Amino acid sequence: MTYNYPDNSGHFGQFGGIYMAETLIPAVEELRQQYLRFRDDPEFQAEFAYELKHYVGRPSPIYHAKRLSESLGGAQIYLKREDLNHTGAHKINNAIGQALLARRMGKKRVIAETGAGMHGVATATVAARFGMECIVYMGAEDIQRQAPNVFRMKLLGAKVVPVESGSKTLKDACNEAIRDWVTNVESTFYIFGTAAGPHPYPMMVRDFQCVIGNEAKVQMPEMIGRQPDAVIACVGGGSNAIGMFYPYVEVPGVQLIGVEAGGHGIASGQHAAPLTANAKVGVLHGNKVYLMQDENGQIIETHSISAGLDYPGVGPEHCLLKDIGRAQYVAIDDDEALNAFDALCRFEGIIPALESSHALAHAMKIAPAMSKDKVLLVNLSGRGDKDMNTVAKLKGITL
Amino acid sequence: MSRIDTTFGNLKRQQRKALIPFITAGDPSQQLTVPLMHGLVAAGADVLELGVPFSDPMADGPVIQRASERALKHGMTLRGVLSMVAEFRKQDATTPVVLMGYGNPIEAMGWEVFAKRCEEVGVDGVLTVDFPPEESHEAFEHLQRHNIAPIFLLAPTTNEARIAQVAKLARGYVYYVSLKGVTGAGNLDLSAIEQKLPQLRKHIKLPIGVGFGIRDAATAKAVSRLCDGVVVGSRIVQEVEDSTEQNVVANVGKLVKELRLAIDQ
Repeated sequence: MTYNYPDNSGHFGQFGGIYMAETLIPAVEELRQQYLRFRDDPEFQAEFAYELKHYVGRPSPIYHAKRLSESLGGAQIYLKREDLNHTGAHKINNAIGQALLARRMGKKRVIAETGAGMHGVATATVAARFGMECIVYMGAEDIQRQAPNVFRMKLLGAKVVPVESGSKTLKDACNEAIRDWVTNVESTFYIFGTAAGPHPYPMMVRDFQCVIGNEAKVQMPEMIGRQPDAVIACVGGGSNAIGMFYPYVEVPGVQLIGVEAGGHGIASGQHAAPLTANAKVGVLHGNKVYLMQDENGQIIETHSISAGLDYPGVGPEHCLLKDIGRAQYVAIDDDEALNAFDALCRFEGIIPALESSHALAHAMKIAPAMSKDKVLLVNLSGRGDKDMNTVAKLKGITL
Repeated sequence: MSRIDTTFGNLKRQQRKALIPFITAGDPSQQLTVPLMHGLVAAGADVLELGVPFSDPMADGPVIQRASERALKHGMTLRGVLSMVAEFRKQDATTPVVLMGYGNPIEAMGWEVFAKRCEEVGVDGVLTVDFPPEESHEAFEHLQRHNIAPIFLLAPTTNEARIAQVAKLARGYVYYVSLKGVTGAGNLDLSAIEQKLPQLRKHIKLPIGVGFGIRDAATAKAVSRLCDGVVVGSRIVQEVEDSTEQNVVANVGKLVKELRLAIDQ
């Protein structure tokens, strides 16, 4: 099998595309052309690699979570430590890539949407690094639950705009960022945070995030003499997951498992798991994807303990990987994620992001039934410092 | 001949410009949408754009966003909008009705079912903001089969090659978005519109309507001099928001009459 997506028009099978208002179509077309030009430019790639090494601190290590694995009594759990990146999550990989592109395109103003705030922080960081004006749109509810990240963005010189419409979360922040872009299209580069949106974003974000999987493919044989039996990553829009999965798509014997936010449980309807819940195909934010919607095609409000996964859609490549059976998608609910969060703190001295705790929770769920020589590689996409308020509140503690 | 073509043909003979008001279906209430439509026609509207509310109206400013939220809160659905057009057609067989909105509610219904239903109830055109020509193959096929005009948007950023592409696909009229921004924005630039129109006319033989940012009789009049039709959306929806259920039909009628007079002057 040769896996080669997207096609020239930005489709991953029936998914993806450029479903945008006319005003923005020339902008995404320009972006596509510029990206394709620089993607193959050794100078651009060298600069990107330099930034990843010296500014982000790559490669991120892989760590064998021995005590956690022993406590489960089954498969060995390894962690790809994206939480150790500068700014504390995988989001910086993509933000750097897009900022370098923005600079080459002569754009001096960047905008971003953010859910948990990690992409907002990453964008504010690279904007400061490269001297660009930065505006971050963030749902009013997320501003409440991710207050430390809001302050970080402000320290970095970004303007954080609260979004009061709709569910006041990530999808509404996307709407507002798109409205900004359509108004300021000529001066502004939209640093989109996940592997979704109109073409070329799903491809471009994937390419920038592939450093995760590419490193792991070299690191795992160094550590254990072979590739893992499965790689596991959480999926909101799905950028950390696609960054880990894509380099492994054509590696036989490596199972790809995406973990969605099960919220209060799939049966409750209050979740953010379009793939696991078999949501219908729909169109939102520039692409055709599996999308949580009612029977009339209105987008429904999602729920997750983790702001970064609280999104009704998912990137188009994950939709394709599900359809062709190459990746498997499951859901982990709020409580399971919190248990995993606690376990990693106590067994390994690592405080994971609530998003990443979903991936970890699934590994902890399947590890006990597997033999001890099996290896699960979990993408620990971010650190949990930003989640202190949320976790304390859930535990009934006032900080 | 379609209702849209007939309407623009008549206007051309009379040397008049089309007035194309937009309202959101289900705002302020489902009961008032059809009376509002008749009121718009009585006040001088030539074509009606009926907004299908969507939960995530990315191309709209705050005024139409709020209208969509109100309509959805009242249970407005695409099926419901189509029934309203059927109701409207009982008393008005000639005024063209164009549905305007986002693609997902139609995707959820299925383009084939939707197009068939549009023809049955008397919808004349469909404009889906987030479906550019590149993604409209399926939509176009079904709409054409049922004689529904696909209405396309063109923008200040649209280059000549795309204008030519849209010219081939469009039916009815073409909607030129007069500014870079969302609906209801206030930075209308008449000279920029004037400069762009010859490029549009070179390829587009259909009537050209201009909208976004037209807020009063004066701007409506000025814009009408440049094109074949004036689309007024947010200003009318604002009037709906500012009115009570008792006076909304009268207030909107009064506003549209002012626009009509200004355009005809």
